[in-house]
Amino acid sequence: MDAILLQILNGLDKGSAYALIALGLTLIFGTLGVVNFAHGALFMIGAFCAVTMQRILGLSFSQVDPTKTDFLGNPLKVQVPYVESWFGPEVGGAIIDWSVPIAIVMAIPVMIALGFAMERGLIKHFYKRPHADQILVTFGLAIVLQEIVKYFFGANPIQTGAPDMFAGSFDFGVLMGFDPNVIIYPYWRMVYFLFALVIIGGVFAFLQFTTFGMVVRAGMADRETVGLLGIDIDRRFTIMFGLAAAVAGLAGVMYTPILSPNYHMGMDFLVLSFVVVVVGGMGSLPGAVLAGFLLGILQSFASMNEIKSIIPGIDQVIIYLIAIVILLTRPRGLMGRKGVMED
Amino acid sequence: MTNSTFTRRGVLKTGAVTGAGLALPTIFTSSASAFTNEPTGNTVTFGFNVPQTGPYAEEGLDELRAQELAVEHINGIGDGGMLNTFTSKALDGTGILGKKVQFVTGDTQTKSDAARAAAKSMIEKDGVVMINGGSSSGVAVAVQSLCQEAGIIFMAGLTHSNDTTGKDRKANGFRHFFNAYMSGAALAPVLEKAYGTERRAYHLTADYTWGYTQQESIQSFTEALGWQTVNNVLTPVGAGDFSSYIAPVLNSGADVLILNHYGGDMVNSLTQAVQFGLRDKQVNGKNFEIVVPLYSELMAEGAGENIKGVFGSMNWNWQLQDAGTKAFVQSFGQKYGRPPSNSAHTCYVQTLLYADAVARAGSFNPCAVAEALEGFEFDGMGNGPTLYRAEDHQCFKDVLVMKGAENPTTPFDTLEVVEITPRAQVEYAPNHPMFGGDEASLGQCNSGA
Repeated sequence: MDAILLQILNGLDKGSAYALIALGLTLIFGTLGVVNFAHGALFMIGAFCAVTMQRILGLSFSQVDPTKTDFLGNPLKVQVPYVESWFGPEVGGAIIDWSVPIAIVMAIPVMIALGFAMERGLIKHFYKRPHADQILVTFGLAIVLQEIVKYFFGANPIQTGAPDMFAGSFDFGVLMGFDPNVIIYPYWRMVYFLFALVIIGGVFAFLQFTTFGMVVRAGMADRETVGLLGIDIDRRFTIMFGLAAAVAGLAGVMYTPILSPNYHMGMDFLVLSFVVVVVGGMGSLPGAVLAGFLLGILQSFASMNEIKSIIPGIDQVIIYLIAIVILLTRPRGLMGRKGVMED
Repeated sequence: MTNSTFTRRGVLKTGAVTGAGLALPTIFTSSASAFTNEPTGNTVTFGFNVPQTGPYAEEGLDELRAQELAVEHINGIGDGGMLNTFTSKALDGTGILGKKVQFVTGDTQTKSDAARAAAKSMIEKDGVVMINGGSSSGVAVAVQSLCQEAGIIFMAGLTHSNDTTGKDRKANGFRHFFNAYMSGAALAPVLEKAYGTERRAYHLTADYTWGYTQQESIQSFTEALGWQTVNNVLTPVGAGDFSSYIAPVLNSGADVLILNHYGGDMVNSLTQAVQFGLRDKQVNGKNFEIVVPLYSELMAEGAGENIKGVFGSMNWNWQLQDAGTKAFVQSFGQKYGRPPSNSAHTCYVQTLLYADAVARAGSFNPCAVAEALEGFEFDGMGNGPTLYRAEDHQCFKDVLVMKGAENPTTPFDTLEVVEITPRAQVEYAPNHPMFGGDEASLGQCNSGA
């Protein structure tokens, strides 16, 4: 029982990331009809917004420390961050410590701008082209984006920690009557899960309760009719692309303390997120979220020693096995709509 | 009906002339070359096969820096680096056997097939006489096998699996880097001293050749101390999120977690283990501990504060105080503004060792070079007195036990040397069961003649 609860908790944060990426993918597919293989790269760029913010806040000047020497035997140049020199070591240190949450402020406009630029500059030229062309061009774009990031940040993972306040883990086991250390869950993963719920709730509320969202939903259902009513649906869809990019970016920013960012992290998530979209049902936003959490939790279960000892290697293929089963039994996915991707 | 201008006699004539024409260069080359890519002009070309893209690109870049520096030193450019401290004096800074050294590079991408393709291209198109470098055991085993078939020497870079000079050893392949067995032999006494003999270890192991041999070695040495092995869980390479493998550790009764991971996987698994608060817990009345048997400086930089106090091992470190290390660090640091990593060191040393062996053999013939390297004893290269053992082409030298520094002052001193384990403590028989036993054999040297 305790092992099952533990793996459900573990699956929640992974599922949160899948759900957020799949949500953006579905928004883009549902509105613009584009299969966006660059969406994983947007998640990665979000993560590098956190790295950039960490570097901006950590900008330093050199101060020679005559008591120490560097590796060549010269007097050591100690780096003192400007924020520490301006606000004192305590406040300055706290600002640097909170660089990941602070990066959200930077990531939102950056990701929206990037989303607009991608959509207006490249993707709009592929609306009427076959899905294969869209996949190729967005996949190419993803490779270009990750190579640019590699050029500036290198290929090694970059440590981007959570604020010290969230270090350590919460002992759920004690709360539920189990022994100590049986069901532990890091604080930051709890933060990530709650953050994902807020973002998902916000996107659904935006689509459900605003006029803009209503028009977008109408456009997703029947783009032509909405256009005939004199509504500039293309402009709204461009905004939705920016919104989807921002969701992926925020998912990336907050994931950095869990997974040290590297330039190809987007690709790792992209393939799984596409499976999530297919399992959830192409074009279905609730389906994407449901499938994200479901597959995240099932992937955690498959990593249990008890299951791996029966079926070795199951943890690496479980998601694809589930996708096969779902597509055989429910070809449109869990919550797919009739007519989507069926022309 | 169609008319054809071809006649039987005409086709035969043309065929004979074309065949002779095509065969001509081969006839000449086969009589002129005694071995693969015999250098004929006043230059000789080395092939540096390192990861230039992919997850180990930073390590590959550092290897390339060191290899370029080694070529400069062989050609007499710069301060000479370790050539000044190397006990063999066959190289005089004028190239090798009167030929200046040049190099070409290949990108292994840390994928066996890409690495083989890059090596093949360098051998066939660029005419390289040797291949050096790399950052993965899977790649090293694959490229070593290719070089054996092609008839050129392979000087392995960073490869730590026992198999490289164990069951997969080849007559044309040589490894300067230490191996998983040596890590276990060096770490065990330090772990005993720090954590005692009654410990229960839980292994997370990368699911490929290097992970298996490291896990086997560490388990063998820690069990010899009296430790118990609670579990060994294989994890996919590049898993990213290891939380579902880490979470059950505390509940398993283990009080030590051994991470048989490298590169980005090690950075992530260690960071996540610390996030789960493992190092703050007490199990079996003892503090929970984490061990990372194979360290690299670039990895340590990525893991940041999480490595504080965590034990591991290394082939070499720039903080050593011997004359060879100082000369190399000075030379590398002046040129690149940072100290070299241990993968850079091994590639630099391998390049010099190859060049020196050619000079001593008086020939680029790979079999003559192999003979010069076999049983070669040297010093002044940063690891103390070293032997290139003839039976398996493995270097035997001191091994470093490292620990994450408590108060690093720069990004380069995140690790500190705990102990220099003497060579005698990490030696083993060439037919050791972990290295292929009696069946393991180098085979015959292939010169490609």
